[in-house]
Amino acid sequence: MEDSLLNVMEEEDTQKDKFLIFSIDKEQYGIEIKYVLEIIGIQKITEVPELPNYVKGIINLRGKIIPVMDVRLRFKKNFRDYDDRTCIIVVQIKDMSIGLIIDRVIEVVDIEEEQITPPPELNKSSSNKYIKGIGKIGEEVKLLIDCDKLLSQEELEEISY
Amino acid sequence: MSENDGRDPMLDLYILETYNLIEELEEIILESEKEKDYKNSIDTIFRIMHTIKGNSAMMFFDNISHLAHSIEDLFDYLRDNSELNVDYPAITDLILQSIDFIKNQLGKIGNNETSDGNPEELVSDIRKQLEIITVETPQESKESKNQADNEEHHYYVSSVKDCNEILEGELQNRLDIRYEVVIFFKEDCGMENIRAFTVIHRLKNLAYDIIYFPEDIVENNETEKVIRENGFRIIFSSKRDMKEIKKSFKGTAFLSKITINPVSEEESCTKIENIEEVKSSLEVVSYREPQIASKNYSSSSESQGKHNMLNVSVEKLDMLMDLMGELVISEVMVTNNPEIASLNLDSFKKSSTHLRKIIDNLQDVVMSIRMVPLAPTFKKMNRIVRDMSKKLGKEVEIVLLGEDTEVDKNIIEHIGDPLMHIIRNSLDHGIEAPEDRIAAGKNSIGKITLQAENSGGDVNIIIKDDGKGLNREKILMRAKEHGLIDKPEGELTDKEIYSFIFLPGFSTKEQVSEFSGRGVGMDVVLKGIEKVRGKVYVDSTLGKGTTITIKIPLTLAIIDGMTIRVGQSIYTIPIMSIKQSFKVNEKDVFKDIDGNEIIMVRGQCYNILRLHERYNIETEVRDIEKGILVMVENEGKSLCVFADELLGEQQVVVKPLPNYIKKVKGIGGCNLLGDGSISLILDIGGLIP
Repeated sequence: MEDSLLNVMEEEDTQKDKFLIFSIDKEQYGIEIKYVLEIIGIQKITEVPELPNYVKGIINLRGKIIPVMDVRLRFKKNFRDYDDRTCIIVVQIKDMSIGLIIDRVIEVVDIEEEQITPPPELNKSSSNKYIKGIGKIGEEVKLLIDCDKLLSQEELEEISY
Repeated sequence: MSENDGRDPMLDLYILETYNLIEELEEIILESEKEKDYKNSIDTIFRIMHTIKGNSAMMFFDNISHLAHSIEDLFDYLRDNSELNVDYPAITDLILQSIDFIKNQLGKIGNNETSDGNPEELVSDIRKQLEIITVETPQESKESKNQADNEEHHYYVSSVKDCNEILEGELQNRLDIRYEVVIFFKEDCGMENIRAFTVIHRLKNLAYDIIYFPEDIVENNETEKVIRENGFRIIFSSKRDMKEIKKSFKGTAFLSKITINPVSEEESCTKIENIEEVKSSLEVVSYREPQIASKNYSSSSESQGKHNMLNVSVEKLDMLMDLMGELVISEVMVTNNPEIASLNLDSFKKSSTHLRKIIDNLQDVVMSIRMVPLAPTFKKMNRIVRDMSKKLGKEVEIVLLGEDTEVDKNIIEHIGDPLMHIIRNSLDHGIEAPEDRIAAGKNSIGKITLQAENSGGDVNIIIKDDGKGLNREKILMRAKEHGLIDKPEGELTDKEIYSFIFLPGFSTKEQVSEFSGRGVGMDVVLKGIEKVRGKVYVDSTLGKGTTITIKIPLTLAIIDGMTIRVGQSIYTIPIMSIKQSFKVNEKDVFKDIDGNEIIMVRGQCYNILRLHERYNIETEVRDIEKGILVMVENEGKSLCVFADELLGEQQVVVKPLPNYIKKVKGIGGCNLLGDGSISLILDIGGLIP
């Protein structure tokens, strides 16, 4: 038992401060690596009716059926055709797996806590609510995504009822 | 990897085993109450309490072990005095309360909470009951009177009596040899008292008149030290010779030293007196009734029948099921691979046919593993009927039929609650009070029949009571008050009226009782049953009784489906809801005032549902003559679904939609197709308005 506990701690340690960076248009976003299960290329998506536009449908991930969300549309940007650089990041949050469709995956980086500042208060509205912090690496800025809010179903419910 | 956060697997095993045991106990105890005799069941009851006691002590759940011990005492006495006048309902009450207590504690343990329930109250109740029984039997044999004393004095008995009794026993059985055994356990093995207890337990099979020291090994953990220092001393009689006795002790775990000596009768008495001396210095020696050992342990042979069963976690079965589904799909992927489709491969075809056959067999076996009989679920109803009929002052008998009918494990989980609600309702609202029943010319004892039967791909569960039946007028009135009626009263069939009772918030009972009447019950029933794609029907005759039929599918996992295409999307319709499919002429189709398309087939009118319109799917087939109509039916209502084309019939493995996607009306789940793509399964009930 202690062993497994140690393992978990070790794992958390190695995952600490690590972010997967991807881009949509010119902006770069970061997502905590502990949420990420895997990255797959774009594949055939089965549309499910009566869903909000940003939930594109479901895919078959080796026998497991998971929903996919187009992050572009979630951020209320315009739809862009999928190409060979388009990726699906499969994340797991609270026992739920979901695929996030993004333009391209860039890299995994360390961003220490001191380098992260909260997003500007003024812009709390609109799409900015999905951003929980802004990470700085040298001169570059990465927008760190709040996964819980990204998946929050409030809007989903409003639409389906 | 495993999700039980590194919990001791022993603990899981303990919880599971104890659960199974108390469930068995519940059944037996209710059975015995009915028969008013513990003769057949007492050995099993004893074995169950004994195992629970031992296991709980081993896991340091002293409260459970303590309670089990007091129950054991009670039945110990009943077993030795079978001719007693026993207050069966009172004892059953006590045992059932104890079962609830243990269940409660197990629940806490299972949730990683501390098992902190205090059984003292129950224990003292049980002791009181034991006293009542012992007092009520004045002219029992001297022996049992002694024992009654034993009970009251917690087994502290004077040595003279012991000697006399043992001597008496010895006189009857001159052939037997008396042994004295001293056991030392290996150092640091821990829990010496429990180990000693297992020794005694094992010894009971071959010996009687067992006396051991220290006595209170299970209750008193201090005895651990005594055993460690002075050894564990046992004196007993047995027909076995020295060799056999030696052999029987050899298997003891952590045994370090053992001395076995045959003793003469006089000696054994002096030995006991020796022990008595020790007792005076330690004041803990006590004496255990020799009757336990002299009764033959038939229970040990009974329990052996169960060893070829295996407990497997449902998670593993679900995994197996998932893999099975994938196997079926990949088999299709391989054998229908487009790259080899054009080749003429005779031996490949032969082998693939063989493969398909094996996979089919495998699938049957996997499905059959998941099939479990309804009996445990049914038997739980015994308890509910008993408890409720007592509280409501009604006499009700429950009859179980066809309880060995098997259904999928997942389904069983979902029908327990609905069944309970229905039975509660029957008892509370259906069955009348005894006076009313007699006045109505019925047997004063009400009767509820719970029956299961196979019918094709479904299982019917029928709950029938001979109570007063549903009051059609009252239901109609209530329905009107709630504004539930959407068509003229005259057009409502009896069945439609009765099914109002399944709507939320519907209760015709003016008074809310402890059990039902709040109107939350019956809609829970409907929801629970619908979750497993089942249906509920009600039928009733005023004054005669009510029959509720639940129709559930045998399995959830695999259905026969017809795949259809609409634009780029593929949908599956369960074959059982399809009536027919056909091409149409445009002239047969007309529109009503609201613009709904209607088609006339053999004099009947049906609404047409265009899937591409309903679900906003891009398709080129919009002309009704180019596509195809599939007539589907659900609960007597029909509808024609318009699709681009039929793709074919196949068995599909049903998977639920991911949780993230909220329920879409008309879609019941999804399944994987041979090429790895996903099709959505239409839920006809949700499509029909």
